[in-house]
Formats: sequence, structure tokens, C-alpha cells
Amino acid sequence: MAPILDIKNLYKNYGPVEILKDINVAIEPGDFLVLVGPSGCGKSTLLNCIAGLEPITDGTIHIGGRDMTHVSPKDRDIAMVFQSYALYPTMSVAKNITFGMKVRGVDAATQERKLQEVAGQLQIEQLLHRRPGQLSGGQRQRVAMGRALVRDPKLFLFDEPLSNLDAKLRVEMRTEIKKLHQNLGATMVYVTHDQIEAMTLATKIVVLKGGIVQQIGSPAEIYNRPANLFVADFMGSPAMNLIPARAKPNGTGTQIEISRDGEAPLVLTDTQAPDLPEDVILGLRPEDIAEAGFRAGESVQKAECLIEMVEPAGADTFVVSHLGGKQVTARLHAETSAQSGKTLPLAFDLSKVSYFAPESGDRLN
Amino acid sequence: MTDLVINPTQSRPWGKILLRALLFALLGLFALFYLMPLFVMVTTSLKSLEEIRTGSLIAFPREITFEAWRTAWSGACTGIQCEGLRPYFWNSVVLAIPAVLISTVVGALNGYVIAQWRFRGANLIFSLLLFGCFIPFQVVLLPMARMLGLMGLAGTIPGLIFVHVIYGIGFTTLFFRNYYVTIPQELVKAAKVDGAGFFRIFWSIFLPLSLPIIVVTVIWQFTQIWNDFLFGVSFSQAGTQPVTVALNNIVNSTTGVKEYNVDMAAAIIAALPTLLVYVVAGKYFIRGLTAGSVKG
Repeated sequence: MAPILDIKNLYKNYGPVEILKDINVAIEPGDFLVLVGPSGCGKSTLLNCIAGLEPITDGTIHIGGRDMTHVSPKDRDIAMVFQSYALYPTMSVAKNITFGMKVRGVDAATQERKLQEVAGQLQIEQLLHRRPGQLSGGQRQRVAMGRALVRDPKLFLFDEPLSNLDAKLRVEMRTEIKKLHQNLGATMVYVTHDQIEAMTLATKIVVLKGGIVQQIGSPAEIYNRPANLFVADFMGSPAMNLIPARAKPNGTGTQIEISRDGEAPLVLTDTQAPDLPEDVILGLRPEDIAEAGFRAGESVQKAECLIEMVEPAGADTFVVSHLGGKQVTARLHAETSAQSGKTLPLAFDLSKVSYFAPESGDRLN
Repeated sequence: MTDLVINPTQSRPWGKILLRALLFALLGLFALFYLMPLFVMVTTSLKSLEEIRTGSLIAFPREITFEAWRTAWSGACTGIQCEGLRPYFWNSVVLAIPAVLISTVVGALNGYVIAQWRFRGANLIFSLLLFGCFIPFQVVLLPMARMLGLMGLAGTIPGLIFVHVIYGIGFTTLFFRNYYVTIPQELVKAAKVDGAGFFRIFWSIFLPLSLPIIVVTVIWQFTQIWNDFLFGVSFSQAGTQPVTVALNNIVNSTTGVKEYNVDMAAAIIAALPTLLVYVVAGKYFIRGLTAGSVKG
């Protein structure tokens, strides 16, 4: 199938400042693409470029197979939800939702029918006569989505739509957006700085940093096989443990040696490791370090570690140890017997391990 | 126990009441001070010349007569003609209303463009317009006279309207720009995605939001244009003079006995429209001023 959104070699400069560099992304109909990255990475600019609200310096944007690079926003067959919702303050909710249709000269009967359809879908029928100023944050969010839904566009664009909501409402609305995506089968592009939102919503994630694409892939790929140190550190909470280590090949595999303060170094043997340089950074997610006895398998290696801190978090308990000069967090069961200041046998699951080159930060396995 | 309850309630209200009384006395005194000139003007305008000559300046009129008002309106002499203020008053109305409307509309569009459609050089243009607010009237007199002559508008009311519109644009743009700058840019983006164009966005989204700042601008511009004397005296000729110039002529060109009652009545007539605008739209004035500055 032809991609519904195809961005090729996109560059965006503000004067001499390069905001976006050589962006190449394509998505299929029904995809949910999330652009994620720290603030100032260019993700919102990229979305504005897709919408046509910002002209691009170089490259092409195709939407639905048509070249839209120089087409104005209203002719791109897109709808957009903004961070501040951007509801028209002097219009009622109904007028907000139908404004686009009115501008395009859709007849009144169709406007009314679509309005009722969308209002029913979002459960905002009782709000239609209110002004945006009389709505709560969650209600405004719904109206903003209604304004996008009523257009039935090829592409939905969301610019951090949940960042103005409180934590509880955010989780609710996140689920609702996901439901909407599944029910409509619509194609969506979604900008966020929240990696949990990215993981839960996306079918495809683009991680951006400094205007450069770091990695494109499914949430599982991004989470399990981060392409570099930045992605490894940015995605996941708590972050992936990134431990400096020394690799030495021996007969059966590779010995991974991790130095420890005032103790013999921790030595793990990875039988599956590729050819590694001597200095590597070993990446392991907190959940891939378990209490010995709770995780079994060929590639699980045990070692006694001194626990510095125990942080119960309800469902899990996080324990912090010190390896290779770095804090290392492990996610243990809530009923763990770990105590700070004592040693605990930990199991390292090396089947999930990532290796990175310390200088370039690139993935090695 | 009764002591405990009574003591604080006894001492406190007396002190409070005394303070209040002092406060009101002081405020009343200020009010009287500021109202004094108006009082003198109104009472004098209602007296006959005979009574003015014999009576005290601040005394109430013994006999109220509207003769002076009638003369001021339709009989007082401005030089050779003796038609009163009436024709000049209408000159001012015909001059002020279009000038206020045009400068407000242009200012609103300018402000909208500068605040919401950031184009290259928008800030420079805004700075230059702002600079225009600070150019003294006297500096532009000669070039403006030449311009009006070239345009064939010298000595006409359209010419005066032109001058006031040009001079007002700096201020009206400043007002609207500062008001619109507080409106999030995403609103324009959302409307663009919805398919609305430049004027549609202005008309459907920005104008309905603008009532407070429109009121501020109208009051400001009306007061400026109605009360203007320098442009009026420089760029008009007999028959097209605004009311301020006519008032000056009435007061300064009489020979013989000075008709203070007529002068006072004429001055009040000339000042009434601005007073009216403040009374009608005053509460929006304060609201609009704070809405523009505080919200951002």
C-alpha cells in the first residue's frame, strides 16, 4: 500500500539555524506515528511542517500520494489538535466544531448531522451551547478533538494535546485517544515529550534529538533495541542502566567486567555477544535485573550486589546499587527482602542486554 | 466577662468611623476643588451680562437665563459671520466620526497583522509606527500642508480627516497590537487548518474578541480629534473650521464688552461630546486598558 504520509529529505532552517536535518519518515494508513524527544528537538516544528503552517527549506511532503510540499494547510486534508486547544473563545462549542465546515461552504443540514455524530462520539452533547471559557480542561480537550474529527481528514495531527491536563485526566484521555484510533482506523501523527505516551499510543515512534532522527521503529523495537545511548536513556522510566564495562573474549563467549568500589569486579559471561571493543557501555533495563531465583534461563547470571537504597513503589520495589561508577536500578517484586546496606544476590538477564560504543554512543549488537 | 466583650467592640468602631469621616472629608474637598471651574462655567453661562458685571464670580445666578446658550449656539460672531458654533460643531462631527472610524479600522488591521502574522520586518514596521506617536505636531505641519496641496485637499474637511487618520494610526496600531499579542498564535493556526483566510480569521475570530480595545481606541481617538486645535487651525479655511477653532474665534475676536456668559456656554458646548463619550463608554475604557496590559 502506498504510504499515506511520506516525508523525504526534509530540512528546515530558521535563518542560519538548522532546526530539522534530513528527515525521512513514511507511514501507512491506520498508523499511529508518535514524534518524541526532549523539548527543543524540533518535533513540534516537524508537525507544523506536515500541517503546512511552517514552510520547509528543502525536501518533499506527500500526503495521500499527492505532493503537498507547497500546498496551503487548508488544502492538505488534515486536522490538527493543539496544545492550548486553540478553541475560538467567542464561539459556542457547536460553532467551534462547525466553523471549518462553514468556511468551506458545507450545507447546514450536513453540518448539523456531522456535529451530532461527533458530539455523540465524544459525549459532549450537553456542552454544545456553552462557550470554551465555561468548560473544564478535559471538556475543552474533547471539543478540540471534536473539531478535528468532524473534518474526517486523511491525517490527524496532535501537538502535545495532553500536556495541559492533570495526571489522572491525562491517563484517561490517553486511553480515549487510543480507543478513537482503533475505532476510526484513522491515521494519526502525535507529538509528545512524554515517553510513556509514546509507548502506549504509537504503532511507530520517531525519536528526535537536535533536529536529527535518532531511531524509527515500533515501540517494542525502540524499547528493547535502542539505536544509541540517547534513545536508551530517553525511553523508559526508570531509565535504562548504562554501565561502563570492559569486554574480553574468552573460549566460550565474552567476559564482561564491571568495576566496583572497594570490591572485586563483577564478571558476567555473555555467550551470545558479538565482537566487542574493549571498552563498552552495557545497557540493561531495570526489569532485566531481578532478584536471584525469580528469573531463570541460560543467559541469566547471578552476582551479589551491595544495595544502597530501597524504594517501594507499590507494585514493584526499586533497589539501587553501584556498579562501574554508576547508579544501577533494579526492579524487584514488591515482597522483596532487600534491605539497604546489605548485599543481595541479583540476576542479570543478558538475553536483553544492549551494548553501546562509549564515544559514538551507537549500538553494537 | 462583660468587660472582655465590651472593651474591644467599644474602642474599635469609633476609631474606624473617625478615619472614615476624615477620608470622606478629604475626598469631598478634592472633588469640590476639581469641580470648581465647571461650577463657575455653568453658573456664569446661566447669568445675564448685567448680573456678571455686578455679582460675584462664584455666586449662584439670581435669575436663570438660557440666552447666552442660544447666542453661543446660533448667534455669536466669529469674526465677520455671526452664526454661532452650530456650523462648526457639525464640521467637527462630520470630521471626527469618519476619522475615528477609519483610524480604528486601519489600526485594528495593522495590529492584527503585526501581532499575529509575523512577517519579515514586522518589528521594524511596528517600531517605526511607534516612533510616529512621538513626532510632535508642529514638525509635520509644513510637509503636511504641502502634501494636502498636492492632493488637492487643502482647506477641506476630507483633508483634515486624512491628517487625523494618518496621525492616529500610530496610536491605534499600538493599542490593537498590544491587545492581539496576548491572543495565542495557535488560534490563527487552528483557523488556517480549518480553511479560513486572512480576513475571515480577522472577522470571525479576532473582531468579536476586540470590544474592550475598540472602545479604548474610539475614546482615545475621538478625544484627540475633537479637541485638536493645531491641525484644525492650520489646515482649514473659513467654512471648514472645527468647533475648537470657532470657539477660539468667538472668545478672541469680540470687540467691546466681553460676553463671558456666551464664552462659557460655547466652551461647554464644545466640550460636551467628549464628556458624553466618557460617560457612555467610560467603564469599558478602564476595562479595556487593563485587559490589554494585564493579560499578557
